[in-house]
Amino acid sequence: MALIDLANPSRFLALAGRILPWLTAATLLAFAFGLSQAVIAPDDYQQGATAKIMFIHVPAAWLGMFIWALMSVAALGTLVWRHPLADVAAKTAAPIGAAFTLQCLITGSLWGRPMWGTYWVWDGRLTSVLVLFLMYLGVIALWRTIEEPSRAARAAAVLTLVGAINLPIIKFSVDWWSTLHQPASVLRLGGPTIHPSILLPLIAMAIAFLLLFVTLHLAAMRNEIMRRRVRTLLMMQADAAAGR
Amino acid sequence: MNALAALMIRDMRLAVRLGGGALIGILFFLIVVTLVPFAIGPDLALLKRIGPAILWIGALLASLLALDRLIAADHEDGSLDLILTARVPLELTVAAKAIAHWLTTGLPLVVAAPLLGLLLNLDPKASGAVALTLLAGTPALTFIGLIGAALTVALRRGGLLLAVLVLPLTIPVLIFGVAASNAAIVGPLPFGTPFMILCALTLMTLVIGPFAAAVALRHGLE
Amino acid sequence: MDLGPHAAFIVTAYAVAVVIVTALIIWVMVDHRRQQRILAELEAKGLTRRSDRAGEATT
Repeated sequence: MALIDLANPSRFLALAGRILPWLTAATLLAFAFGLSQAVIAPDDYQQGATAKIMFIHVPAAWLGMFIWALMSVAALGTLVWRHPLADVAAKTAAPIGAAFTLQCLITGSLWGRPMWGTYWVWDGRLTSVLVLFLMYLGVIALWRTIEEPSRAARAAAVLTLVGAINLPIIKFSVDWWSTLHQPASVLRLGGPTIHPSILLPLIAMAIAFLLLFVTLHLAAMRNEIMRRRVRTLLMMQADAAAGR
Repeated sequence: MNALAALMIRDMRLAVRLGGGALIGILFFLIVVTLVPFAIGPDLALLKRIGPAILWIGALLASLLALDRLIAADHEDGSLDLILTARVPLELTVAAKAIAHWLTTGLPLVVAAPLLGLLLNLDPKASGAVALTLLAGTPALTFIGLIGAALTVALRRGGLLLAVLVLPLTIPVLIFGVAASNAAIVGPLPFGTPFMILCALTLMTLVIGPFAAAVALRHGLE
Repeated sequence: MDLGPHAAFIVTAYAVAVVIVTALIIWVMVDHRRQQRILAELEAKGLTRRSDRAGEATT
């Protein structure tokens, strides 16, 4: 089956149905491995066991940004190539991206309290991620507010692309701003360079979360295709009732 | 180009005539600046320190409120359809509308800022700095707002959504606008650095705004 | 496994991650069941997509 066949929603549904069980199994295995590595990872000499929060915080951050990039590619697919599944991919990715960004913010906050004494600080990285979260919510709001699916898709595509251009600018501005207003003490969020015994669990968990995203995304795309079919059928029903 | 000039003049006449855009914007600006001391307390030293920030946020919110007159008003009375079918490229048309919008709602805010600075105990140098940064930055706010207005044009109650979409995008402008103002007042940064970046941001939005808005309008109204 | 003096924060952070991931999974699963149910109901009423009606004359 050629790649182009994936553009056909029916074929996509069939393929998704076949792949999902395998993806689910792979995700579970990846988490089993990743978590086991996280448990046995040695304590950081500065932060103690608290460094283990990194294994669920950093992958969430990576995914939050990666998913917006993915949505931007889908946006191009909608606007430039009019790929039929691009809309579906973009719409379903947004809530998942928002959830991972939220996870990043909350776990980061819980990491910050014992380590640096405060739940929140307006430094460059935290603030940029907060703004990213707000932009996710904005895109989701736009999807939900415009009723007609293909119009909503095109509007969301424009917003996603404008956001993609603006995110590096926001990151730069916020970093610049936080270096202006940073108090005397230097907050080092990165910590020391990562030792392999901590790097391995981190990568393992990152792969696990990535597989989780792919599984969830595929399943959500399947749901969205079904939802659109329901809409089409209901409209057919309404047309028939109106005698058209 | 005659068509664009005509469009701009028409927009400006409408904005001034309906007693809307221009004067209401300044009034809202005044009200916001008045509200802040009620919330913070009349401590003049504190107000002086955060004065530039208050003025910038007031201008930002006032710009935001005026945005529904940018495109939605034309959509309601049908002129938007005429604009879309005109021979002039849509990108230029929306840019012209945005310029007209800024002249009637953004520029008055710039003029009002030094006067409102008096209420916040800003000295003339500070007020001048804030006004200059607003002059450079309010076009960016208008052109970013243009994108949001184009995206939400056909929505009936799109006002709040418009704000939610536009505000995160305006954060860099706000950051550098206030930073430039403060640099002029207390240093140690030279005023030029953040001011140049602010101007760069505005120039970028002058290009990105019309293109994104045109795409949004073309696709959103099919 | 000794999580040190800040164990509460570590456990809470992991718990939050579990809650968020579980919520995502539940969302996807519930939505799936709901769409399946609606499609089955519509098909029972005789509404199907044109491409699903093999060889039928259009009414």
